[in-house]
Amino acid sequence: MTPLTAALWSIGALLGVGGLAAALARGGDASRFIYCLCGVLCLILFGAAVVPRTAVALTATLPLGLPWIGAHFRLDVLSAFFLAVVNLGGAIASLYAIGYGAHEKHPSRILPFFPAFLAGMNLVLLADDAFSFLVAWEFMSLSSCALVLAHHHDAENRRAGFIYLIMASFGTLALLMAFGLLAGSVGGYSFSAIREATLGEYWKPGLALALTLLGAGSKAGLVPLHIWLPLAHPAAPSHVSALMSGVMTKVAVYGFVRVAFDLLGPPAFWWSMPLLTIGAITTVLGILSATIQSDLKKLLAYSTIENVGIIFVALGLALAFKANGMALPAALAFTAALLHVFNHSLFKSLLFFGAGAVLNATGERDIERLGGLIHSMPRTAFLFLGACVAISALPPLNGFVSEWLIFQAVLLSPSLPQWSLKLLVPAAGVALALSAALCAGCFVRAFGVAFLGRPRSITAKNARETDLWSLAAMSGLLALCLLAGLLPSYLIDTISPAARAFVGGHVPTQGDIPWMSIVPIAESRSSYNGLLVFIFILFSAFLSAWIVRLLGTHALRRGPAWDCGYPDPSPVTQYTGSSFAEPIRRALGHVAFVARDHLDMPPPGDTRPARFGVEIRDRVWDYVYSPIQMSVEFGADQLNKTHFLTIQGYLTLVFIALVSLLLVVAIWP
Amino acid sequence: MAMIFEFVVQGAQMILVLALAPLLIGFIRKVKAQLLRRRGPSIFQPYRDLLRLMRKEVVLADNASWLFRSAPYIIFGATWVAASLVPTFGTGLMFNWSADLIAVTALLGSARFFLALAGMDVGTSFGGIGSSRETMFASIAEPAMIMIVFVVALIDGSTQLTEIAAHMLAHVELRVSLGLALIGLVIVAIAENGRIPVDNPATHLELTMVHEAMVLEYSGRHLAVIELAAAMKLLLYFSLVACIFVPWGLAPHGADFGAMTFGAAAYVIKLAVGGFLLALFEISTAKMRVFRVPDFLGAALMLGLLGTLLLFVSRSL
Amino acid sequence: MGNLSFDVAHLFAGSLVLVSFMLLYQDRMSGLINIFTAHAVILSFSVGWQAYIQHSPHLFVTAAIAIIFKAVMIPVSLQRIMERLRIHRDIEIIGGIGVTMLLGICLVALSLVVMLPATAAADPLAREDLAFALSVVLLGLLMMVTRRNAISQVIGFMSLENGLILAATGAKGMPLVVEISVAFSVLIAFIVIGIFLFRIRERFDTVDVQELDRVRGGRR
Repeated sequence: MTPLTAALWSIGALLGVGGLAAALARGGDASRFIYCLCGVLCLILFGAAVVPRTAVALTATLPLGLPWIGAHFRLDVLSAFFLAVVNLGGAIASLYAIGYGAHEKHPSRILPFFPAFLAGMNLVLLADDAFSFLVAWEFMSLSSCALVLAHHHDAENRRAGFIYLIMASFGTLALLMAFGLLAGSVGGYSFSAIREATLGEYWKPGLALALTLLGAGSKAGLVPLHIWLPLAHPAAPSHVSALMSGVMTKVAVYGFVRVAFDLLGPPAFWWSMPLLTIGAITTVLGILSATIQSDLKKLLAYSTIENVGIIFVALGLALAFKANGMALPAALAFTAALLHVFNHSLFKSLLFFGAGAVLNATGERDIERLGGLIHSMPRTAFLFLGACVAISALPPLNGFVSEWLIFQAVLLSPSLPQWSLKLLVPAAGVALALSAALCAGCFVRAFGVAFLGRPRSITAKNARETDLWSLAAMSGLLALCLLAGLLPSYLIDTISPAARAFVGGHVPTQGDIPWMSIVPIAESRSSYNGLLVFIFILFSAFLSAWIVRLLGTHALRRGPAWDCGYPDPSPVTQYTGSSFAEPIRRALGHVAFVARDHLDMPPPGDTRPARFGVEIRDRVWDYVYSPIQMSVEFGADQLNKTHFLTIQGYLTLVFIALVSLLLVVAIWP
Repeated sequence: MAMIFEFVVQGAQMILVLALAPLLIGFIRKVKAQLLRRRGPSIFQPYRDLLRLMRKEVVLADNASWLFRSAPYIIFGATWVAASLVPTFGTGLMFNWSADLIAVTALLGSARFFLALAGMDVGTSFGGIGSSRETMFASIAEPAMIMIVFVVALIDGSTQLTEIAAHMLAHVELRVSLGLALIGLVIVAIAENGRIPVDNPATHLELTMVHEAMVLEYSGRHLAVIELAAAMKLLLYFSLVACIFVPWGLAPHGADFGAMTFGAAAYVIKLAVGGFLLALFEISTAKMRVFRVPDFLGAALMLGLLGTLLLFVSRSL
Repeated sequence: MGNLSFDVAHLFAGSLVLVSFMLLYQDRMSGLINIFTAHAVILSFSVGWQAYIQHSPHLFVTAAIAIIFKAVMIPVSLQRIMERLRIHRDIEIIGGIGVTMLLGICLVALSLVVMLPATAAADPLAREDLAFALSVVLLGLLMMVTRRNAISQVIGFMSLENGLILAATGAKGMPLVVEISVAFSVLIAFIVIGIFLFRIRERFDTVDVQELDRVRGGRR
């Protein structure tokens, strides 16, 4: 049995598990069983992805779908990589859900869709013709939408689901048109036919790229198509949020890579410019929005947007280098993008798991009502802290490695011949650096307000540590983050075949470099060794602790906080999330959104409390979506009139339509 | 044998930065005092302060967590590693290649991350204010630093400090971009180390304070470790400027003992000159409002960007 | 020699761009004038250096004019007038320094993108000079657009004009440069005086309400 058939069988089994769950969930407590099955199947799929094999892609055709086409499936290096990412995330999410799912009040609303969602994502990765790709894509969207609507009693969740549905349909429509363009008038819808066909005219590949960017970008959360993401991802149960943020956005990235690097043929240099621009804007806007959020899960969703932007900047770099025939830099950027895909799936899942654990323990998602959780949930706090360090791109964890590689790729940009790219790439680099720094601030705030300090509510004070299953899943993820940060050379070597296949070059083999450091280009240019840095930090930290013990005293006394002599027993006097974000909001916030402070100061003698509020308006919503919404409503009003025409009127409409179609046929060359 | 020698040299660098850091602080304080016509404490006073702090008992807030107690050592570890990766008396040390300039910057970022968290741990308003401001400064200082790294890396074709120093020595040129990068780096260094005009290292209990507010709850040996880390961070920026912009006297890879001694002497002289200039700058400016600091740091970012742009029109690139 | 002459020219031209940015950034009136003086001094150095490497003595004249007129006379008179008007301690309120700076950087990038490919065949010295000169001109325009105060607008205009002189000297073989620069300088002086006359008259107008009303009525 080849890995591909194993994978297809497992996907079929996942669908079966979905049906089984639909049958069982009404009965008793079936969730553990179902999640166990999901986890095992994901592990099998992961195994199918990572099992060593030749570089030749495996293909299979199933007699499904359109009768004269069938469904084509293919497992090549790129889909194998993404399959590994998706199923690693899926397996760990299932493990987490074994514990987390027990708290669910209505498991029947989640259990059938969870395996279906996993199956949909896997199918997208394996699809080898436009038809099955789109069906799988839509299946993935709809099953995740059902999961978003799991708690539909909340009006906000219903709204999130509605917006998600609209944006998902829009995305699929854009992809549909992109594939229609790619397939051309001959209608070769299998990817191999598309690959061989060339899009002659100048505008056609560009239009197809733009449509793909719209379709995949709306799923991945590129600005300005991101608005559904911070609504929908937090609305789902936390293990699903982790899957959606950590994994589903990566499936969207896969869709984009598949089209832009594979199906579209040789790229033109200007393709990279929209990617770099949109990616850079997405990173900065995403992290700025995250910085001012007080809803923990929403904050994480916005940070997903930021990371998607980083990935797209790296992909844009790869395209730019590839278009100019610079294989090594292209491979470096491509590797960095894929590495960041992997890394982000790890730490973002971990963060969502942590947020889910906090949600279970306290019933709160608002960090302004949390605090002091490090005392009541020490293990969760430690694991969450690890993920915060990783996502903030701090050495020695894994987030730093991929960002470092991207910076190395950015540093190679002056050798690009095009002036516009020469100047655009450093600008994107600044955006990346800015977002990295803001990200660290954002997660200092998230962790500091939610886990440190004094509890701001009774529930936060009485929180309990989460269950062992969840802790096991989170510990596993943190261990992976650490491993990926300390020994990235093996990961880079794993991505290398994909880079060779898609950008025509590869980063020098890292596995045999002494001391396990990574040297992406040349020793004289740059190198980084996470393992050594980690060992050094540990060594110097312990050495300093030992010397301090030697020189100084062990004495320690507990007492009330000093606080400049004005300690206040009320936890309200602590810095809150919004006060923490205030300087950044003042310094940078007006770029991203309109923030207005309201101060309601009662006149002297009035006993009413003074109130301070911040109103934040999203410019994207104001300038992009509100006009669209208004014009759609206007159009609908106009169309409404056609409901009340006479027979003659309808006949005239049909007649006009017929004649104009004939005209088009007559004019078309 | 050669390996052991290299190992010893690397260790010597670690000890050198550790030993010189308080001296640099003491020297700057002394110079500042002298410039203000005061006598000032001895330049060895910081060592005495550190020893005294270490011998005092630690008073820990009731609700301080394990993070609060371990953060000083993490901060110290990260800063020490970063400081020992920047060439001081010689380049091409044994572990110099384990982190390049970007990684050194990010290591300092790690230290800052934990310092900001430690500020928030006890849950006092002062700690929060410090962390919040530190975060805001960092969010502009870091891109500025990265832009400066870009300029330097574009000129020298490397982000390895060893290579940068070697390239700078080999190609002594008049470059306007380098000048911009130097000014930018100095601005970033001033902001990152909380010197005047961004923050005043000599005051406590002032509402504009940043670094002091974060470490307000620390006492005893924890405070000593944090103070030492802060001193090392200052030293690190001095070494960075010295290594990139005035690399003369640096012993090359595999140099003998004499060259290294010469390098160390040159390093001490560079530190003294830099410390004097910093003190002179500090007494001649006033502290700025906290919301002016983003503009100040924005200037560094702008200088970095401008430097990159100007590089594209320069002779060789 | 070749490298050094290029590097020095680059240094001066680059510093001129930098000082243009400082003009954009500075909001204190007296500081603004000092920076403008620096701008003019750097310009005259740049012109002088070009004169030296191009062996064209007439450019020395231009440099001398720049230093006498722009670095000494105009700043001094501006300073005096401001003291008399008691606005030398004023701080102009500039909204969004960060955005202005970013815009300025974009303008520099734009002028590089426009100039460098267009002049690919030219001498590198002239290319680089032209690119910088265009940036200085655009930055001067930006300053005039973003400032509301008349004095800073004049200074913006004069920095723009400095950019033109830089462009004229960088491109070799422009014999009329001297005349042009003299003409421009006179023009600038004229504008400076004109604006200040306007301002002083405005002052008088505020004293004489009837006069003010009459002027307003006449405009309508």
